[in-house]
Amino acid sequence: MSLKSSLGRARGLGSAKEGAGHWWMQRVTAVGLIPLALWFAVSVIGLSHADYATFKGWMGKPGNAALILITVLSVMYHAKLGLQVVIEDYVHCEAKKIASLIALKFVALFLAVFMAVSILKVAAGV
Amino acid sequence: MVEFALPANSRVQPGKVYKAAGAKRVKVFKIYRYDPDANANPRLDSYEIDLDNCGPMVLDALLKIKNEIDSTLTFRRSCREGICGSCAMNIDGTNTLSCLKPIEDISGDAAIYPLPHMPVVKDLIPDLTVPYAQLASIKPWMQTVSPTPPDGERLQSPEEREKLDGLWECILCFCCQTSCPSYWWNGDRYLGPAVLLQAARWILDSRDECTGERLDDLEDPFKLYRCHTIMNCTKTCPKGLNPAKAIGAIKEKLIERRL
Repeated sequence: MSLKSSLGRARGLGSAKEGAGHWWMQRVTAVGLIPLALWFAVSVIGLSHADYATFKGWMGKPGNAALILITVLSVMYHAKLGLQVVIEDYVHCEAKKIASLIALKFVALFLAVFMAVSILKVAAGV
Repeated sequence: MVEFALPANSRVQPGKVYKAAGAKRVKVFKIYRYDPDANANPRLDSYEIDLDNCGPMVLDALLKIKNEIDSTLTFRRSCREGICGSCAMNIDGTNTLSCLKPIEDISGDAAIYPLPHMPVVKDLIPDLTVPYAQLASIKPWMQTVSPTPPDGERLQSPEEREKLDGLWECILCFCCQTSCPSYWWNGDRYLGPAVLLQAARWILDSRDECTGERLDDLEDPFKLYRCHTIMNCTKTCPKGLNPAKAIGAIKEKLIERRL
């Protein structure tokens, strides 16, 4: 039981002075992913019957490697921002919320680095 | 996790049936009833109303029930013309003002519940303590640093005044507030569409001199950014306002000052 006034509860801990950056980057990555996703789909369809050597040649071009790198990093960043909102919306147990937010950050970071390393490996031909 | 099902003692049970003897045009009103003193679950009572002997609005039917059938039915009402916001309730699945909702717009039985996801004081009366406190928290009054002009009021150009159209008309009925899923799940921290529309009303007022402080107070993942543009608020507003757009204006201002 709490005898704290309703205004005191509504004011709570005050503003976190944060959130605009998150909101803005979610929009920026969303807008960026429209052309990137189209480019990615067209490229994958174009390479659907290619052998590994052809694919390596395609990925070896700096423009293609750069674009695919930006695509996967944008996807992971956008997914991390979006899933963070879902967790904040629905997970109300503080311990579970903090654990899942931290886990989300690590999983997103791991996947982003894993994909980046894989792309660079193929692109560099090692 | 968020609780999606009602707690056991809030589940609605079937209630009493009140027949309308000798009526030709009958409309059934199924109304949520909860008596805090009865120590029982809420129930859904059915009232048959003779439409030939009743005013056109849902509020007319509620008043007829209270006056002629069951005086224990409890609800808020005052102006009966959509300006006080007292009679906000969930009618036919949508939050609206009972005084502005024509009975003939409802097909089949008319289901009437209190505003969703609020504690119920009695029958159709929700406890609005939290939204009122949230409204107070955004300081819904003009804040200035410069002294009041000695010779009159603070002036505003017609263009500046136009920016408040669609905001000043809000009557604080909280139909939008209680229609918002984000507010259902995080109503203790998210300010909700009605309160954020009021915040926008002062942020966009050219005479207010504390715009930056107001934006500082709102820039928070929960206070403001729980709005995911679901648009239930705009869809349900009985005054035809657009709280989602007002919230969008606040988000724009927060970006504008960074770029």
